[in-house]
Amino acid sequence: MGEFLRVLTDNWTLYREGFTNTVQLFLIAAVGSLVLGTLLGAMRVSPVPALRAFGATYVNIVRNTPLTLVFAFLVFAVPKLDVNIDYFPSACIALTVYTAAFVCEVIRSGVNTVGTGQAEAARALGMSFAQVLTLIVLPQALRAMVPPMMSVFIAMLKNTTIAAGFSVLEAGAIPAYMAERGEPQFAVLLWITIGFLILILPLVALQRFLERKWRVAR
Amino acid sequence: MDDVTTAEPLIVLDGVNKHFGPLHVLQDVSLSVGRGEVVVVIGPSGSGKSTLCRAINRLEPISSGTITFDGTPLPAEGKALARLRSEVGMVFQSFNLFAHKTILENVTLGPVKVRKEKPAAARERGLALLDRVGIANQADKYPAQLSGGQQQRAAIARALAMQPKAMLFDEPTSALDPEMVGEVLEVMTSLARDGMTMVVVTHEMGFARHAANRVIFMADGQLVEDAPPAEFFANPRSERAKDFLSKILTH
Repeated sequence: MGEFLRVLTDNWTLYREGFTNTVQLFLIAAVGSLVLGTLLGAMRVSPVPALRAFGATYVNIVRNTPLTLVFAFLVFAVPKLDVNIDYFPSACIALTVYTAAFVCEVIRSGVNTVGTGQAEAARALGMSFAQVLTLIVLPQALRAMVPPMMSVFIAMLKNTTIAAGFSVLEAGAIPAYMAERGEPQFAVLLWITIGFLILILPLVALQRFLERKWRVAR
Repeated sequence: MDDVTTAEPLIVLDGVNKHFGPLHVLQDVSLSVGRGEVVVVIGPSGSGKSTLCRAINRLEPISSGTITFDGTPLPAEGKALARLRSEVGMVFQSFNLFAHKTILENVTLGPVKVRKEKPAAARERGLALLDRVGIANQADKYPAQLSGGQQQRAAIARALAMQPKAMLFDEPTSALDPEMVGEVLEVMTSLARDGMTMVVVTHEMGFARHAANRVIFMADGQLVEDAPPAEFFANPRSERAKDFLSKILTH
């Protein structure tokens, strides 16, 4: 047990730096993918066929591409176009672009849970498009979106570890450093697992809070 | 109920056509509905009667022809269309109550958000309307907690809360269990008696007989007959109407 604790305390700086970068990567990509994914989701449910087609194409291409490949494009291919981005921003962009496709689908399915009949009834009362969306569709769609959205974000939090393969010092990069220092891998990996658990628990709590707050009466 | 047809018409359809791809669902339909008149639209399924009903508040845009409501052609879109829709109440086959709002909120949402009425005033009228349709004691429940008949009566109250000039009913009893049809028809009959202008798409021949001023028979997108109910049911002129009536009245 003392040995197990020592692995953490002796290498505290490395763990702290790794997880700080993980959290930063996560927060930036979460906001980015939420914004981009919402825009794509709005396109997919919009009445404009060209926008729907664009949204569908984006989702089909990006969702079917392995995340490592998306990273490789940004870190290795994009610089060949004389665009110089650092590793960290590249990783943020790769995660955002990739996760947005999943966010888009969560939003689309959430909107689809609200029957078209209710939107029609709202329009028949004389509500504007914005009123139909904000008063009738979204309040009900949000409730249905919470659990799958949290799954997407939990998956993304874990996906941040792929950035380690592309020269970003985040939690996923810790094992390699520790191996050089000759630390026992079992303890090293267990501490990383515990670190991710600590990060994911607030997300689970947030999900529970939102589900309760937006409880559905059907 | 027989002296209303003289007034200037409230709803006028003139040469209305509607295509769904290759389907010609409304074929050169012309119809006028006077103030206070109750027009029941019947016909076999797929005859275009629901489309006709939904075209009147432009939930279904038409391909050609004109529809005039209260002297003004239907606006194509935007605020003007929203304003027109707020003056035409609509009741759907599947109720379409807002699932996340209580029954009273369903009834007051339109007046408060669209008409910008004071919530207290809207609430008072909402409660009175719920009382009128016989579900005042359900005001604080959610739609899913009500029976189909109660939900449809709430939907009628929601439409009435906008104080509409006319009401459209698109098969209002078709999704109901048989024992709940009566309570909805009763509310509709009392509305008709009070002079509301109504266009009702329905299969309820009893309602057509005793509450309608006119019966419109549609088949294959065409308006085939337009006659007072007694005349239509006793002496249908077209073969298609005779055929339709023989199918539904013999059972």
